[in-house]
Amino acid sequence: MRSVLPILAVLLAIVVLWYGAAIWLNSQWTYDQAGRAGVEVSFGEVVADTMVQERPVLPAPHQVAAGLWEGVAGQKVTSKRSLVYHGWMTLSATLVGFAIGTGLGVLLAVGIVHNRAMDMSVMPWAIASQTIPILAIAPMVIVVLASVGITGLLPKAVISAYLSFFPVVVGMVKGLRSPDGMQLDLLRTYNASPMATLWKLRLPASMPYLFASLKVSMAASLVGAIVGELPAGATSGLGARLLSGSYYGQTIQIWAALFAAAILAAGLVIIIGGIERATLRRMGMGQ
Amino acid sequence: MKDTATTAPVIEAKGLGLTFQTSDGPVHALKDVSLAIGKGEFVSFIGPSGCGKTTFLRCIAALERPTEGVLTVNGMSADAARQARAYGYVFQAAGLYPWRTIAGNVKLPLEIMGFSREEQEERVRKVLSLVDLEGFGKKFPWQLSGGMQQRASIARALAFDADILLMDEPFGALDEIVRDRLNEELLKLWARTQKTIGFVTHSIPEAVYLSTKIVVMSPRPGRITDVIESTLPKERPLDIRDSREFIEIAHRVREGLRAGHGDEV
Repeated sequence: MRSVLPILAVLLAIVVLWYGAAIWLNSQWTYDQAGRAGVEVSFGEVVADTMVQERPVLPAPHQVAAGLWEGVAGQKVTSKRSLVYHGWMTLSATLVGFAIGTGLGVLLAVGIVHNRAMDMSVMPWAIASQTIPILAIAPMVIVVLASVGITGLLPKAVISAYLSFFPVVVGMVKGLRSPDGMQLDLLRTYNASPMATLWKLRLPASMPYLFASLKVSMAASLVGAIVGELPAGATSGLGARLLSGSYYGQTIQIWAALFAAAILAAGLVIIIGGIERATLRRMGMGQ
Repeated sequence: MKDTATTAPVIEAKGLGLTFQTSDGPVHALKDVSLAIGKGEFVSFIGPSGCGKTTFLRCIAALERPTEGVLTVNGMSADAARQARAYGYVFQAAGLYPWRTIAGNVKLPLEIMGFSREEQEERVRKVLSLVDLEGFGKKFPWQLSGGMQQRASIARALAFDADILLMDEPFGALDEIVRDRLNEELLKLWARTQKTIGFVTHSIPEAVYLSTKIVVMSPRPGRITDVIESTLPKERPLDIRDSREFIEIAHRVREGLRAGHGDEV
């Protein structure tokens, strides 16, 4: 409970700064409008105007909140203007991409730990794959997959997986290698097979590493899914809301979509955190 | 066949040597080590650090590969013996898996070796009572004291009933009082199970109290300087350590350690 106060203080500071920035950034437009009409505006009038502009440079917090509320509660969930509808479109691609990325990441890590050739060859490629801007890859993935008749959710999920496998590979390689020499020697004295070593020792030992990776990977999945919605001029998904918002200068719509994405990501990471606590407690490793 | 097995040594080393190649040049961890250990013996290896006692034990367990000489365990090569699961090994640290209960940890070798589920339960129950840990099977390792954890790790090494038990300073990290009790219990366990035990230690009283044979080793290169056959009776109450015989043997061990060490200490 004691932690509530600092959190509220920081939140308050952010909101105050945000309002200040909104007044500062949006006032130019107000002055321009007044100048064109040839009227003098007082500072009070300027401040009032910067709070209610239709296409502000930086929407004020209450405008974004209203935009979010309007998008979530003000529409039928099947409506093209509903953030719930768009959010689900992005979420479904995120979850499929996350599943593919995590599966691929774990498999690659197992391969890297068990096979010297993979150890030497896969990691550099995995790192190289992450140095290429995803914005450059995304359109190619969409076009290539569309040419073989795959459209809709899957291309987005592939881009999402492309981003999310990497943290899992890095974390799981570390986790699978975390058992020390003594623990590996113990299994050698049992003449345990590599398979038994993997199941009985390496995988359980890697669980804390896996969950740390999954949190990063989940956030990356969401970014991937949103980026995957941009190049095709998609009509649904949070990425599409961002895109159409920027086409028409609807800054409030952009910010509402951004916050929807942030809230979604936070929710997903919290869910993973909950699964982590439950799993580690069941394994006797929770605090 | 049975008769020769009881008379022939269980573990036999002839001219055993192990040289590690390091960036500072070769290190002679073991040199010209010859030793025979008979069935049912309790053999302690004692010496200062770097004398190769742990290395020798690891060679018997086929965790290290000697570079010279011959080593047989149960009449076969050490590696074949390892594959035949001829021994249980107890490390310096208990090394229990934190995600397994005590029973789960003891069950680990049984799962790997493919014992049936009922047999696993039966054996876990049996060895936990052997090390006085009945009723602790459902606890997690962190809920137990260091001494209890080490007892659980001994139970784990006993679970699959190998004839040989190799112990690498198993009580080194425990305090004197717990150590005394565990030593006493280990002797009882040895008397009950008739196992052949190889025991690495750097404590003279521990070595003398436990062993039927004490192997004194010295460093650079790691070699055997003395092998002492204990004259103590098999029944050994803790206060045997105040007996004249005990003190004499301890003295001889100390002499052997000093001789091997030269003027370095």
